[in-house]
Amino acid sequence: MKTFDDTAATAQATYDVPEDRMGFFTDTTLCIGCKACEVACKEWNELQEDGYNFTAESYDNTSALGGNTWRHVAFIEQLPRPVGPANDAEPLPPIPELDGGVASLLDRDASVGPMQFDTMGRWLMSSDVCKHCTRAACLDVCPTGALVRSEFGTVVVQDDVCNGCGYCVPACPFGVIAEQPQSGHAAKCTMCYDRLRDGEKPACAKSCPTESIQFGNLDELRARADERLANVVARFPTARLYGNDEDDGVGGFGAFFLLLDKPHVYGLPPDPIVTTRDLPSIWRTTAYSALALSLLVVTASIGTGKA
Amino acid sequence: MTTPMSYYGRPVIKAPTWRWYIGAYLFVGGLAGASTPIVLAARATRNDTLARASLGAACAGIVVSPILLIADLRDPKRFINMLRVFKITSPMSVGSWILTFFGANVAVAAASEWTGIATPLGRTAEVLAALSGPALATYTAALLADTAVPVWHDARHELPFVFAGGALASAASCALIFTPIADAKLARRLATLGAIVEFATLERMKKRLGPLVGEPYRLGGSSRYKQIARMTSALSLALMRGAKGNRTLAIASGLLGITSALCERFSIFEAGKLSANDPKYTVAPQLARRAQREAQAS
Repeated sequence: MKTFDDTAATAQATYDVPEDRMGFFTDTTLCIGCKACEVACKEWNELQEDGYNFTAESYDNTSALGGNTWRHVAFIEQLPRPVGPANDAEPLPPIPELDGGVASLLDRDASVGPMQFDTMGRWLMSSDVCKHCTRAACLDVCPTGALVRSEFGTVVVQDDVCNGCGYCVPACPFGVIAEQPQSGHAAKCTMCYDRLRDGEKPACAKSCPTESIQFGNLDELRARADERLANVVARFPTARLYGNDEDDGVGGFGAFFLLLDKPHVYGLPPDPIVTTRDLPSIWRTTAYSALALSLLVVTASIGTGKA
Repeated sequence: MTTPMSYYGRPVIKAPTWRWYIGAYLFVGGLAGASTPIVLAARATRNDTLARASLGAACAGIVVSPILLIADLRDPKRFINMLRVFKITSPMSVGSWILTFFGANVAVAAASEWTGIATPLGRTAEVLAALSGPALATYTAALLADTAVPVWHDARHELPFVFAGGALASAASCALIFTPIADAKLARRLATLGAIVEFATLERMKKRLGPLVGEPYRLGGSSRYKQIARMTSALSLALMRGAKGNRTLAIASGLLGITSALCERFSIFEAGKLSANDPKYTVAPQLARRAQREAQAS
């Protein structure tokens, strides 16, 4: 926890993360972009639709997480030609060795040769969600105590306490929490708090047909993710875990990912830091500035009195 | 920068949803907060005219501030939830308590001043208001710095001083308008000092932010507000010499000083929105930070 040495006093004060913490492991190598998670989330949590928009951004008309969108499936098309959002992406992976299994599935003529992934490009799909940070900025800055740490280690908004001040919105380093237009309250993924209370999986994990979204004990998920990464890294050299490191800027995510490219290609921050990590120094600077203001007034008043 | 820095160029963080009320509150709270030390300094120098002018300004500030803050809440009837808890990790929570404490003391001091009742109580409240005023004028800088918005968070070492300078300049400018020139020497001094502090710390801030993270100050609304702030501040200072002998010039200088502080707050407020809405300000520094860390580790 060396990263947080000077912050423990404030950043830790508001909550404790329980030992037996629940989380998500979203394995994007398995995501087929079906958006079942988005739909299941909306249905279970009774979230309004986002409107019938056409973004012309691949197969994604949802675009981003929001007050009524607590799961968002990103579609990234990486084509050989520089098109779309991936120009800054990692070089495309080398042609995978396609042995009998997949080749026979595709019933390809052997004379055509292996599939040319480098010239075909690839699709990346990933279901984004609230990270349920170990050190959650939204929770720290919430002035009403509407945001709380649940017994599952998740971060949850109490809808009957939030007064819509909006401070959590720019505080989140991932741009997750947002205003829900119809209620005016801050809203985000609760990891289906109500379902967890009844021993059920969150709706998104339950509906995911490929187990790209895995739910469970966070320590178990982390172990599983390490294993999975070791398995896929030969085929996808750019594969990486994102959010599994307890020493990162938010103390590790409660919902972490296996990605196939740099985080920012998926719209995720490369090196997120909980803003309250710097709050002790911010308070110190503020106290000095207030003191300076007072001293300036006192000093300037010398010799201004009436004779 | 032509390379998209995120998913279809969409923002990585969410911009504040705060409307103009909050930008205005940054100014009003600062003016009210910096007015009370002036009240106390004026009392100490037997300058009741100036004290009354600044107390009046603080009083107007505590009436307007809650209105602005509550108006911006998406669920205004729950404004009282702000005082449900006290959280040192939330500058907004701390600020709500500061405003409450400050407001109560200013109200008592002003009521006593204008009714002539319970003067000792009024003067005690005045001292408490003077002690909490600078906190009210500067906590809003901590509030902005304590976000993921790069142009605010990265300015955390200077922003409180910028706010202190701006608040002082606006409070003194306001006093300048309502005080006869014979009693306004302190107001003239502080208006000048405040403007200088604000300008100097802003320059320092821009230097630290650098060309990329500081870019929003050169864009759109933020840049326009900044230009007006610069111009009115320069004019206000230019008129300060004349303000010593001419009430009209003093009023003009005061109005210009107030306009400058107001526009400076809005410039900072708008810069935050621009900073959050373009992913490059979030992503590029983080990539550089990570690369640097990885280079050090290896």
